[in-house]
Amino acid sequence: MADMTEIRWHGRGGQGVVTASKVVAEAALSAGKYIQAFPEYGPERMGAPIRSFTRIGEKPIRIHSQVTNPGIVVVLDPTLLGVVDLIEGLPDNGIFLMNTPKAPREIRTALNYSKGRVFTVNATQIALDKFGRNIPNTPMVGALVKASGVIALGHVIEDFKNRYAGKFKKEIVEGNIQAIETAYNEVTGE
Amino acid sequence: MEDAKVNNKTGQTTLVALTGNEAVATAMRQINPDVVAAYPITPQTSLMQKFADFAAAGLVDTEIILVESEHSAMSACVGSAAAGVRTMTATSANGLALMWEIVYIAASSRLPIVMPVVNRALSGPINIHCDHSDTMGCRDSSWIQIYSENSQEAYDNTIQAIRIAEHANVLLPVMVTLDGFIISHSIESVHVYEDAKVKEFIGEYKPHNPLLDLNNPVTFGPLDLYDYYFEHKRQQSEAMKNSKRVIEDIGRLFGQTFGTVYDLIETYRLEDADECIVVLGSTAGTAKEVVDALRGQGRKVGLLKIRVFRPFPETEIIDALRGVKVVGVLDRSEGFSAVGGPVYQEIRAALCARHDISIVNYIYGLGGRDIGIADITKVFDELSAIRKAEKPITSRVDYVGVRE
Repeated sequence: MADMTEIRWHGRGGQGVVTASKVVAEAALSAGKYIQAFPEYGPERMGAPIRSFTRIGEKPIRIHSQVTNPGIVVVLDPTLLGVVDLIEGLPDNGIFLMNTPKAPREIRTALNYSKGRVFTVNATQIALDKFGRNIPNTPMVGALVKASGVIALGHVIEDFKNRYAGKFKKEIVEGNIQAIETAYNEVTGE
Repeated sequence: MEDAKVNNKTGQTTLVALTGNEAVATAMRQINPDVVAAYPITPQTSLMQKFADFAAAGLVDTEIILVESEHSAMSACVGSAAAGVRTMTATSANGLALMWEIVYIAASSRLPIVMPVVNRALSGPINIHCDHSDTMGCRDSSWIQIYSENSQEAYDNTIQAIRIAEHANVLLPVMVTLDGFIISHSIESVHVYEDAKVKEFIGEYKPHNPLLDLNNPVTFGPLDLYDYYFEHKRQQSEAMKNSKRVIEDIGRLFGQTFGTVYDLIETYRLEDADECIVVLGSTAGTAKEVVDALRGQGRKVGLLKIRVFRPFPETEIIDALRGVKVVGVLDRSEGFSAVGGPVYQEIRAALCARHDISIVNYIYGLGGRDIGIADITKVFDELSAIRKAEKPITSRVDYVGVRE
């Protein structure tokens, strides 16, 4: 299964964690990859810590167990730091990406994650600037694309437009696309 | 799908990202049943919600009957199917349990109802996640049972189920199962076929002895005592036996039409295998990954997936396991027989004439407990140890992934 990427998404109910895992999977599918996206279902309440998962593969994905060793962890809510084990199962060559105004070095220290790569982006601010709501999921998708290269930015934007243009107002779709692009450009890592 | 691009040459669309429930709802849209009566229960709810969306958008002609319970849902289905129209419903776990009485009546009345069941653990304690205790509980109800490994199979099986149920030599209801959350709420890549091709494949419904054919009056559900009850049961068992050939034929025809052939069982790298896991549902996919990994290490391991559990494909299983020396049967329900799970019991009975084979049982995944690569690898390691006589069989029934 070397030709499969596994992503674990952390956030809180209401931040669009599940949608983020789905948006990336859908874009990967449009790019000709095989995909899975599934949330972890438990008690569902606004504000509770939740997780969701995306698998992207070059071949049909047959595995149906939970993701225990994701190569990539994406955290939508900085207040989860120290609350849940965010690097559980993340290998030494993993990618850790967090929504926070802090620098990657500071997060690396807080996590005690010495190896692997750490990225940060202020996705909350980008979301507020671009579409006026504290839903940092789409900017985090943009940052993930830059940090991991798992899929091309063009695919994500095109797929997002195609899929959501009919479902949301034009300015919402435009705002989200700008948020994806801005986060893509602003994410920093080490 | 309204937004999917259709490839007219193969009759297949491009791949679409769908949850298992959305895939089955899409099959139902294409089947366009005359009547659907259903009551919501997690994890079936999003399936029926999607289908109701299709109905609200005018994409189907179905009369949806909203009922006050699953008992009523299946009762309405019995009435509708007896009247002579194509009828579907869907449920999970406790919903299926509440239908129980009418589940048997539907089958005994020989009504070709098709019901996707999104597998969920039966209470109690209350649990919304996957195991097979719900459908395994009604394995003796005379419903055909087809288990799905993934969203694609759930979609494909739902389409085939219509033709199987309605076949003149069968006339039995069919359950198509998909694992709750693992498949029902997981987005996967699914080939959705052209609407017209699906419509053509299932064909027009020709009801058998419909109640509303007033020129040829019939009776459904009469009192049937020791004068004829037994004869009716005898016919019912014959129908279940007949269904085996019909399921095979329709699986082959499905392959000719849509590209994937379906059979009663699926074997995976089993030809020269010494050790084999028998499993059904979504775990089969994970187990295939393990088989590939162990084959890469030169180990002779294989997989037998049971797609159709009712009717039980006994001769096919005996044949498939001919060269196998140790079998590990994975059961996602307990059964509480105190001597192993339901799949294990069937496999043991099927192989009772074999004195050169060891069969052990592993109960796993109850209430949605995850089963991963490491768990299945450990099972294969144990099977290997049994074959090499390194490990005596201390217990024929063991548990995977439980805290003891």
